[in-house]
Amino acid sequence: MQVTVKVNGEEYSREIEPRLLLVHFLRDELGLTGTHWGCDTSNCGVCVVQVDGTPVKSCTMLAAMASGHEVLTVEGLEQDGELDPIQQGFMTEHGLQCGFCTPGMMLTTRWLLDANPHPSDAEIREAISGNLCRCTGYENIVRAVRWAAGHPRVTKTEEVAS
Amino acid sequence: MQVPAPFEYERATSVDDAIALLERHGEEARLIAGGHSILPLMKLRFAAPEVLIDINDLTELERIWVAGDQLCIGALVRHADLLASAVVGEHYRILHDAERVIADPVVRNRGTVGGSLCHADPAEDLSAALGAIRADVVIMGSGGERVVPVRGLQTGPFETCIAPAEIATEIRLPIRPGTGSAYCKVERRAGDYAVAAAGAVVTLDGDTISEVGIGLAAVGAPHFVASRAEDAIRGRRADVEAVSLAAQIAADECNPPTDQRGPSDYKRALAGELVKRALRTAIARCRGQEA
Repeated sequence: MQVTVKVNGEEYSREIEPRLLLVHFLRDELGLTGTHWGCDTSNCGVCVVQVDGTPVKSCTMLAAMASGHEVLTVEGLEQDGELDPIQQGFMTEHGLQCGFCTPGMMLTTRWLLDANPHPSDAEIREAISGNLCRCTGYENIVRAVRWAAGHPRVTKTEEVAS
Repeated sequence: MQVPAPFEYERATSVDDAIALLERHGEEARLIAGGHSILPLMKLRFAAPEVLIDINDLTELERIWVAGDQLCIGALVRHADLLASAVVGEHYRILHDAERVIADPVVRNRGTVGGSLCHADPAEDLSAALGAIRADVVIMGSGGERVVPVRGLQTGPFETCIAPAEIATEIRLPIRPGTGSAYCKVERRAGDYAVAAAGAVVTLDGDTISEVGIGLAAVGAPHFVASRAEDAIRGRRADVEAVSLAAQIAADECNPPTDQRGPSDYKRALAGELVKRALRTAIARCRGQEA
């Protein structure tokens, strides 16, 4: 079947089998391997991408279901050569060790900060409760999100206004 | 890599279209909404439908509204939206209690209320909560709609009375003044299915329990409820004795399976304790004493 999915602002059309999962569409059809593929059972959250602005586990969504929708992956977080504050936060606060959970963590927490720019630690921990990290003990991940909350992206219009 | 067996994919454009597609493709077709129940089963080859009919475009089923003395919840409402709904929290705190412990926020963004009910997993929390509430499910087919109590929906583990060419469209909850409700769950880790869970809905007339609903998940209670426990305390004073009596009868009448989440006798004791806690909180909330 034919699907057309907008990924990180660019439209891709592919002929696929209906059973192809979104995570494999992104990795194998489009070569966007920043989205990781982990437990395959919607537990671990390493495959989280945003679909129409909402984080979902791409191992439990058919690529066919994403047709006509907009997907944001970790490759699309950077804008105009500048890392998203959430990426800078993970870097500055050492929010990763092996990095396997990081793309999913960042797409979940980007969504958290879009909805709630100043979350409490409890709200951060609740938001990432579907993203498992086996390295950090979560402490530095929470710090990374707090860092990003304190350093929001300054948009071009705000720069002009100031 | 876990991959489902091959199938055909269709996208429904309306409820009528979904029913027409179900009729055209016959018994081996299945609806897919959030997909967080059926896709894992398909990956494990426990389910291998020949056709999947995607109903995510049926936005008319995504509403939550009040109609007279009923709270109506569209079948395609996501768990996250049920949790975020102020009108749901106003009338049925039990649903917010339950939603907070269903899977995790990212899964709740996709999973739907109707999908959870229709999947009929014996450990499913909303079946117990909506059973305690005595909600009804609206089911549409080409012959029109019929209304089935949540307590009559499940006919066995992973089985419902919904026919192959029917679709659940809406859940209707009675709004009763003077009602308090709560849900308590014990899980092995955050986001897991329940070891045991209990929900309670209590309507007080002064100090008397005029109506009560007790829901149970994961402990083998028929239709997810403890109806003998309800009968035993309806009309009694809402006191410690009534709560203990209901808890004991509920523990006796459920039939928990021994599995990797624990032995049967442990789960039975847990079910009793959780019924006690849910009833206590429901009664306190009914009286306006937050607990």
